[in-house]
Amino acid sequence: MAETTSPNIGPALPASPREMLPQELPTSQAEEQIAVATQWQLMWWRFRKHKLAMVGSVILILFYLVALSVDFLSYADPDASEAQRSLMAPQSIHWTDNGRLSPYVYGLTGKRDPKTFKRVYTIDPEVKIPVRFFAKGFEYKWLGFIPSDIHLIGVEGARADETLFILGTDVQGRDLWSRLMYGTQTSLFIGLASVALSLFLGVVLGGISGYYGGVIDTVIQRVIEILRSIPTIPLWLGLAAALPGSWSVQQVYFAITIIISLLGWTELARVVRGRFLSLRQEDFVMAARLAGCSQMRIIFRHMVPSFLSHIIAAMTLALPAMIISETSLSFLGLGLRPPAISWGVLLQDAQSIQALAISPWLLIPSIPVVVAVLAFNFVGDGLRDAADPYG
Amino acid sequence: MIAYIIRRLILAILTIWAITVLSFVIIQLPPGDYVTSYIASMSASGIGVTEAEAQALRIQYGLDQPIYVQYLKWMGMIAQGRFGMAIEWGRPVMDVIGDRLTLTIVISVAAIVFTWALALPIGIYSAVRRYSIGDYIATLIGFIGLAIPGFMLALIVMYVGFKYFNASIGGLFSAEMADAPWNWAKFVDLLKHLPVVAIVLGIGGTAQMIRIMRSNLLDELRKPYVMTARARGLSEARVIMKYPVRVALNPFISTLGYLFPYVVSGSIIVSMVLSLPTVGPLLLKALIAQDLFLAGTIVLMLGVMTVVGTFISDLLLMWIDPRIRFEKQ
Repeated sequence: MAETTSPNIGPALPASPREMLPQELPTSQAEEQIAVATQWQLMWWRFRKHKLAMVGSVILILFYLVALSVDFLSYADPDASEAQRSLMAPQSIHWTDNGRLSPYVYGLTGKRDPKTFKRVYTIDPEVKIPVRFFAKGFEYKWLGFIPSDIHLIGVEGARADETLFILGTDVQGRDLWSRLMYGTQTSLFIGLASVALSLFLGVVLGGISGYYGGVIDTVIQRVIEILRSIPTIPLWLGLAAALPGSWSVQQVYFAITIIISLLGWTELARVVRGRFLSLRQEDFVMAARLAGCSQMRIIFRHMVPSFLSHIIAAMTLALPAMIISETSLSFLGLGLRPPAISWGVLLQDAQSIQALAISPWLLIPSIPVVVAVLAFNFVGDGLRDAADPYG
Repeated sequence: MIAYIIRRLILAILTIWAITVLSFVIIQLPPGDYVTSYIASMSASGIGVTEAEAQALRIQYGLDQPIYVQYLKWMGMIAQGRFGMAIEWGRPVMDVIGDRLTLTIVISVAAIVFTWALALPIGIYSAVRRYSIGDYIATLIGFIGLAIPGFMLALIVMYVGFKYFNASIGGLFSAEMADAPWNWAKFVDLLKHLPVVAIVLGIGGTAQMIRIMRSNLLDELRKPYVMTARARGLSEARVIMKYPVRVALNPFISTLGYLFPYVVSGSIIVSMVLSLPTVGPLLLKALIAQDLFLAGTIVLMLGVMTVVGTFISDLLLMWIDPRIRFEKQ
C-alpha cells in the first residue's frame, strides 16, 4: 500500500491533522504517526469517530454471527408443524423459581373455541417446564462439518408435549423463533450474494465505461439510464413471475439473487466509472504509464487500491436495498417460496389485518429487517465518510 | 439549448421503446402462455378444455404466431391507441385499467407533495441548526423512514389503526362510496383517505430528501457569498432563503425523475397491503395469469409516466438553474 499512497499523500496531508489524532498521544508524536500511517489506518481512525457506524458494525457482526450459528440458536426444527399448536402466543420465560435462578415456562393447554373455531390456549400454572441453557436437542452440523446437538436454550429431557415457544408459533404450529433464525440466515446471505453479483457487473461494466470512454462509454451509460428509468417493482414482479413453479428451492434462490442484482449494478457501475474517469487524469497513473507498466498492472496495482474504499462503501449502502428487495418480493409471494424461509416469507403470514388482529406476533420478523437495514445504512455512511481520509 | 432538449427527447423516446421491448419479453418469459394458465385454472375447477378449443383461443388472441410478430402487432395496435383485450376479464384493457391509473397518479402525486412539504422545512432546519436536538431527531426519523419498507409501514399502520383506534385503515374510499359514480361527496371521501396513504408511501422518500437537502444546504452555507450577504447586514432569514436554499433546491427537482418511479413502484406493494384500487394489484394478477395485453399495458404506462417525469424534471432543472442552461449551449 505504501507505494500507492506516497505519491499523492506526500504533499496532501490531511487538512486538519489535529482532528484525526488518536487523542491520548502528545501532539508532535501523533502528527508523526499520521505522516507515516497507511491509507487504511487513516480510514480506520476516521471511521472510529463515527459513533453510529461503530454501533452499526457491532450489530452487523452479531447478525452474521447469528446467521452462522442458526442451528445452535434455534431449538426446534423450523419445518416441524403441529396443528395442535397453531398460533400460540409467545411464552414468557420466568427466570426465578422460589428465589432460585431456574428459568421455566408454564405449560399451555389448547382447546378449540366451539363458536369461533379459533384455538385458545390457557396457561396451566401446575405445569412448570424447566428451560435449560446449552440443552441437547436435534442434531446438526455446525458450519456444515462440526456435528453437535447442543442448543443455546431448550427444554431438556422433556416429554413431547412440553415445548417452548419464545416468539409463539405460526398457523401451522411451527416455532417462530427457530424459523426467524433460519430466515435471518437466508435473508442476510441472499443480500451478500446479490451484492457480490452486482459488484462484479458494476466493476466490469463501470470500469470498461470509465477506462475506455468514447462510444462504449456512451452505450453503457445509456443502458444504465434506461434501466434506471424503468419502475423497478413491475420489472421485478415480471421477472419473478416468470420463474416456473416447478423450480426447486435452490433454483428459485439463485434466480432471485440474479433478479435483484440485475438492477442493483447500475449504481455501483456509476461509482466505479466516476472514479476511473477522475483517476485517469492523475499524475501517478501517467507516471505508471510512462514507466512502462502494462494496462492490467495500472488498473489493478495503481487504480483499484485508490478507489477500493469507495466501492466498499457503495456496497455497504447497496446491501440494505437488496435485503428490502428480497423481503418485498417474498412478501408478495413472488420471491422465495416455502419451504424456503426468509424474512419476507415469514412476513407473508402477516399479510392480512385479520391475521394480525389475532396473532400480532407474526409481525416480529419485521424487527430484524429494520434493525439490519439501519445498521447497514449507518456503517455505509461511516465508510463513505472514511473512504476519503485526505478530504 | 434546443439541441439539449432534442437530445433528451430522443433519449426519452428510446427509453420508451426499450420499455416496450422489455415489458413484452418479460411477460413472454414464463413457459407457456395465457391459454396454458387458463387451461390449468379450468382443469383445477374441474372443467376440461379440449385441444381444439385451446387452439381456437390461441388463434383468437394471436398467441400462435412467433414472438416478434406478436410484438409488432402489439406495437401496431398501441400506435393506433388500442391496447387490446384484457383476456382474463373479457373487456378492453382501458376499461379494466380505467380509474385505477388515475388513482395511481393521484396517490403518487400526493405522496410526492407530502414528501416535499415535509422534507423541505425539516431539511432547512437541520442544516441551519446543525447538531441541535431537532437535527438529531430529524436525522433519526429520517433513518427510520429509510429502514422501514413501505409495505411494512403499511402493515404497522394498519395494525395500530385497528388495535388502538378501532378504525380500519385501507382502501381509498369508504365502503358505500367505492362503487359510486364520481361526485363531490366521493371526492371528499377520497381526500379523507389520502393522507394516510400519502404518508405511508412518502416517508421513505422524505427521509432521503431530508438528508440530501441538509447536506446540500450545509455545503452552500459554507460558501463566501453567504458570508458576504451576512456582512452586508441582510436579515438571517433572507441570507438563508434567498440564495443558498434556492441552490440547494436543485436535487428536489433533479430527483423528481427518480422519485416518481420510486413512488409508483412503492405504491404497487403498498396498494396490495392496504387494498387500494390502483394498478398494482391488477398488475400482479395479470402477471401471474400471463395476461399479455393487460400486464404489458400497465408496465408500459408506468414506464411512460416515469420517462415523462424524468423529462419534465430535466426541463425544470434547466429553467431553475442557469448554470445547466448555459453549460449545455
